[in-house]
Amino acid sequence: MNKVPNNKAWWLVLPVFLLVAFSAVVPMMTVVNYSVQDIFDASNRYFVGADWYRQVLRDPALHDALLRQFIYSGCVLLIEIPLGIAIALTMPTKGRMASVCLIIMAIPLLIPWNVVGTIWQIFGRADIGLLGATLAKLGVSYNYAGDPLDAWVTVLVMDVWHWTSLVALLCYSGLRAIPDVYYQAARIDRASGWAVFRHIQLPKLKSVLLIAVMLRFMDSFMIYTEPFVLTGGGPGNATTFLSQTLTRMAVGQFDLGPAAAFSLVYFLIILLVSWLFYTAMTHADKE
Amino acid sequence: MTLRKAVPLLLYFFFLLVPIYWLLNMSFKSNTEILGGLTLWPQAFTFDNYRVIFTDPSWYSGYLNSLYYVCLNTVISLAVALPAAYAFSRYRFLGDRHLFFWLLTNRMAPPAVFLLPFFQLYSSIGLFDTHIAVALAHCLFNVPLAVWILEGFMSGVPKEIDETAYIDGYSFPRFFVKIFLPLIGSGIGVTAFFCFMFSWVELLLARTLTSVSAKPIAAVMTRTVSASGIDWGVLAAAGVLTILPGMLVIWFVRNHVAKGFALGRV
Amino acid sequence: MEWMAWTLPTALFFVAVGVLLSCMTVFELRRPCVERRGFLPLVTSRGDRLFIGLLASAYLHLAVIGASDWPLWVASLLSLAWLVVVLRWG
Repeated sequence: MNKVPNNKAWWLVLPVFLLVAFSAVVPMMTVVNYSVQDIFDASNRYFVGADWYRQVLRDPALHDALLRQFIYSGCVLLIEIPLGIAIALTMPTKGRMASVCLIIMAIPLLIPWNVVGTIWQIFGRADIGLLGATLAKLGVSYNYAGDPLDAWVTVLVMDVWHWTSLVALLCYSGLRAIPDVYYQAARIDRASGWAVFRHIQLPKLKSVLLIAVMLRFMDSFMIYTEPFVLTGGGPGNATTFLSQTLTRMAVGQFDLGPAAAFSLVYFLIILLVSWLFYTAMTHADKE
Repeated sequence: MTLRKAVPLLLYFFFLLVPIYWLLNMSFKSNTEILGGLTLWPQAFTFDNYRVIFTDPSWYSGYLNSLYYVCLNTVISLAVALPAAYAFSRYRFLGDRHLFFWLLTNRMAPPAVFLLPFFQLYSSIGLFDTHIAVALAHCLFNVPLAVWILEGFMSGVPKEIDETAYIDGYSFPRFFVKIFLPLIGSGIGVTAFFCFMFSWVELLLARTLTSVSAKPIAAVMTRTVSASGIDWGVLAAAGVLTILPGMLVIWFVRNHVAKGFALGRV
Repeated sequence: MEWMAWTLPTALFFVAVGVLLSCMTVFELRRPCVERRGFLPLVTSRGDRLFIGLLASAYLHLAVIGASDWPLWVASLLSLAWLVVVLRWG
């Protein structure tokens, strides 16, 4: 659509701008201020320049957390995106069944994140949880509270349980937007199911898939509540991701300076990635 | 629907629903039964766990607090996002794309980054432990999302409608309320659903910005952990109750969900 | 404002950011820019190039702090040069 150049439109955007700026800019400035000072209390603070950044950037524990975070987000995308597409393809296209499917699939998305953690905490326990007990009966040694790999897998399965529906629902709505004519043409050409998917459905899904990848990457990159409730970041540091490291630093140990410096590094990573996605998305829209 | 398609779908639904079934199952059991051994169905069916929640003010006020700030947030987000989304969908103005990107980065910034400054900001203006504080804080990620979704829906409305209305002598506010808003009714419903959902499921900010009088249910739930162990039955019941409002809301928008999940973009 | 823990350098930094944004706004109003394509692999406007320049500068600073023992002003000088290059030819 051709948009009309009109700078008066700023008046319509102004409330949003002010509201978000209030919540975003003031805290951001404060974080920057903290990151260059050693703060004991309001009156005892000293300028330390870039020292905290130096400390944070060379901290092996943070490198580990960052690496874990990238591996985790990567796993999340690798599992949830194909699975989501597959589920969207199997969903009924219309009628009452479609509504029922949609509602069932949306349930996990509407559960508060700490309750998601609680559900899986209960579900996986060997004494009172169905999953834990079943696995124990089958002779699988499984203990998410003690074994790092089990904990890691549990957090991942929980994320798949929680968020695959979002990808599936996005893809589902993308598929619904494909006109029937395309399918009819494919039928005349006797195209195989794979060819239909590869040449008709996948290209049409491109824009929604970009949104899905972006949302899933961002949200898994800042995951905090679910692993915190489920494992508390343990055993050891196996499921301690970036947000949790950060919160532990800022609230637990009250190391304001390093926590602030770390926040900004974290934010810069997010900024770069979201810019890449946003650029890709606007390009896809233009085509 | 063919069998080849139905089986994987049913398997997926099984995977989705079993953990929830287990929670529901536990909420109707007494603690002795829960700890006594696995039963796939409550042997001694009891409402005691729910009774605890509905009779204790410190429990049910958590629900009321959460519902209060979530609704407040939804209203604020919609009220400011509607005109802004209109501007983004209809006009080109100075720095529009950069502004849009800046809004989106706020949707993506991890709340953990802002936790402490938020606490201090709201304390310093005397809003700490109020519902409006949580509602405003949640605007940080809900307003950008609302603008994004609404912009998608509004771009689908042909611009000729605007022009005809202006020629017919409608002023902008009258056109916006009388003609434009009804046209994107489903978009507004879906946006409200998303705002409700993301505000309802968020815990970190809500917990940080409240202590007593606006404490959300998610924070109240930690009360079940006491010296004598965890009160599993009540915890499960509280969990089940947090799922209900979401179910209710999705029921209202069920016909628009498919389009809404694509943020109005297909 | 006390709780925001202002220091002179950070205050100057934010003032500089504010001035930069206002200058860009005025410049844009006076002489609206045309989107073009330089050595960067995408079509950019002036604001896009400023953003790319600043983001890269931030990463450059982090790299210098994290991976080398050079003083910080080296990074700042390099960033300034990079900014000019990106804004002119990007």
